[in-house]
Amino acid sequence: MAGIFSRLSGFFSEYEEISDEFYEELEETLVMGDVGISSTEEIIEELKGQVTERKISSPDECRLLLANIIKDRLGEKSSSSDYDFELKKCVILVVGVNGVGKTTTVGKLAARYKRLGKKVMLAAADTFRAAAGEQLDVWAERAGVQIVKGKDGGDPGAVVFDAIQAAKARDIDILICDTAGRLHNKKNLMNELKKINSIITSEYPEAGKETLVVVDASTGQNAKEQAKEFKEVTDVSGVVLTKLDGSAKGGIVIAIESELSIPVKFVGVGEKITDLKKFDAMGYAAALTGSEELVAHEEEKEKDIKSRTVVYATQDGRDEVVVGASEQEKEDAFAFFRSLRGE
Amino acid sequence: MAFESLTDKLQNVFKSLRSKGSLTEEDVKIALKEVKMALLEADVNFRVVKQFINSVTEKAVGADVMNGLNPGQMVVKIVNEEMTALMGSETRELVFAPGKSVTVIMMCGLNGAGKTTTCGKLAEKLKTKGKKVLLTACDVYRPAAIRQLQVNGEKTGTDVFTMGDDVSPVHIAKEAVAHAEKNGYNVVVLDTAGRQEIDEELMAELADIKASVTVHDTILVVDSCTGQAAVDVAVGFDEKVGIDGVILTKLDGDSRGGAALSVRAITGKPILFAATGEKPTDFEQFYPDRMASRILGMGDVLSLIEKAAENVDIETSKNMNAKLKKGRFDFNDYLDSMKQVNKMGGMASVLSMMGMGGKNMPAIDEASLKRNEAIIFSMTKAERADPKLLNPKRKHRIAKGAGVDIMYVNRLVKQFEQASKLMKQMGGSMKKGRMGLGSLNSLMKNLKM
Repeated sequence: MAGIFSRLSGFFSEYEEISDEFYEELEETLVMGDVGISSTEEIIEELKGQVTERKISSPDECRLLLANIIKDRLGEKSSSSDYDFELKKCVILVVGVNGVGKTTTVGKLAARYKRLGKKVMLAAADTFRAAAGEQLDVWAERAGVQIVKGKDGGDPGAVVFDAIQAAKARDIDILICDTAGRLHNKKNLMNELKKINSIITSEYPEAGKETLVVVDASTGQNAKEQAKEFKEVTDVSGVVLTKLDGSAKGGIVIAIESELSIPVKFVGVGEKITDLKKFDAMGYAAALTGSEELVAHEEEKEKDIKSRTVVYATQDGRDEVVVGASEQEKEDAFAFFRSLRGE
Repeated sequence: MAFESLTDKLQNVFKSLRSKGSLTEEDVKIALKEVKMALLEADVNFRVVKQFINSVTEKAVGADVMNGLNPGQMVVKIVNEEMTALMGSETRELVFAPGKSVTVIMMCGLNGAGKTTTCGKLAEKLKTKGKKVLLTACDVYRPAAIRQLQVNGEKTGTDVFTMGDDVSPVHIAKEAVAHAEKNGYNVVVLDTAGRQEIDEELMAELADIKASVTVHDTILVVDSCTGQAAVDVAVGFDEKVGIDGVILTKLDGDSRGGAALSVRAITGKPILFAATGEKPTDFEQFYPDRMASRILGMGDVLSLIEKAAENVDIETSKNMNAKLKKGRFDFNDYLDSMKQVNKMGGMASVLSMMGMGGKNMPAIDEASLKRNEAIIFSMTKAERADPKLLNPKRKHRIAKGAGVDIMYVNRLVKQFEQASKLMKQMGGSMKKGRMGLGSLNSLMKNLKM
């Protein structure tokens, strides 16, 4: 199945000149990738502008331009402090509508922090969905972390309260709260979330707080509305994009970041417990447009940086290596891309 | 980010369109650009949108603008008709095996679409139809999937057949059907595993189940929030497993559910039910026509268009047009037009139909409209037909009769004269002799105090 990743990377070489048809086809590809019509039109306008300005005539040169435009749109909203919450004691509240993979994400986050040597605890505050607690139990066991549960149908706020007390008593580094999936337009459920949010703030003010809204990568434009509504009742600080390995195309990331100013922080790329990666705008944009192939062509020129850049740009899991990469190495990679663009 | 509703957008567009006899290519193009954006925002598949816009353009260019509508509304009317046609106008029921034999329904779909929850809801629905249902847990992969189905079964009082997660789904399905036959169940609902994407392994498993038990209905469960990928998913399942229908879940969110239109348009498979909430009973028969207006996000406008089509008295507006053309317009006509306005739900709704609703709605003083009516009712027939008769003495009499200050009578007469002048100009310019709501609109604006 052709997702936006494979479609875009093959796209540029299919054209000999930058024609109206080229732009139309590009529009179609982006829209079909859930980038959204407004963001798509803006991106294409910008591309057109740069093509004229730089007097570019080959479609293949548009690849890097596009990668750059997308990267900038994504990068605008993120900052180097995005992951600071991981460094000290914190509570991560995971919210989202039904079926987007919240519980799975909680499990994967737990495994991630466990790997990083943190003391992790889960709070099963989804007391609503049948067997949600049991599903989380399974994940807790897989990740090898502690879990605090309530009764099915019990008060989720109480579960979070208990979990916070337990986390304090047991010197837990990271407490991750799973919440019930709720449609964002359901007032009572959203109010319940608001309550959980204020319990965390009042009971554990000294801890950092991170609220992640989980969005299924196959969700269309409604994802924007979802994120927005959750932002109104909690302090949403990041997006987790799940199921990015699926038929899903994930272009919704671009729509969310450019229209809502919430950085995407993690992406779920598979069903294994380790399949959760930090989101990387650069890598995403490069992979989206197939720019890593370009990088490979430049092999001779920039041998050293090249290998890292490729690793950086792939979506198949190898970017795990980069998690440990130094700021200098990242800077080099960025510089390399800039040099490719002739900047 | 505020989603501007299609209604608002179209109203802005329509303001610039003049009332005309038939739709020009330019009118259609302008209106359809907004429709295209709205459809894409609603996640209707890009290719479906493209095709759809082309076919609407074909139908709309040159179409006569119906009495009582402006060109923009006429475009919307055609869009809605075409969309309803595309969605399929008929509702489809589940097919049951004849006599006492067991009907097998297989539910399939991607992870998180809501298969397990939907199984419970479907069981509830079938129970109200007097069927004895056996839910069967064929998802042996997802943690706690079996438990979730059991809880759903308990909630709805439905028996759940499980064999744990060490047995192959094919075997479970076979045993479930055998168990159902032996114990007098009418329907077996198979809850199958999902995947994050369509993969060969899962498709093979589902095909194996179909090969080893007779499945009467294979139903694909689709999340109504799904983006452009909905079509790929539906086509994938249909090609590899074969689907008979679709259930749309999570329609209680504010998603417009463009996925429904895409799936229907590309696969031709009907949407059977829509899940609209978290309770087992939040499960409805799917109505294609309602979906069409939801996708467009302009149910209100559509129902007003319907009302206009039903209620605008063709004879009355013909007569009025004739008078307008001659530049003759009297207080009787004013009363007639007021009657029409009331039929359509009052001034506020007419204004909103005419692209002046929403944010741009001018303040309407319904009281002053009532007062005007009272003033006219206090006139004699002759005065109503010939406003020139209204000398100060008559005006005093009318003011007393209507119980208003003379000032209001004077104001009405003055505005009426201005409106008449305007009518003369408009009448002259109306080549085809049609009176759309656009002209009625200017008329009302001039007549209200």
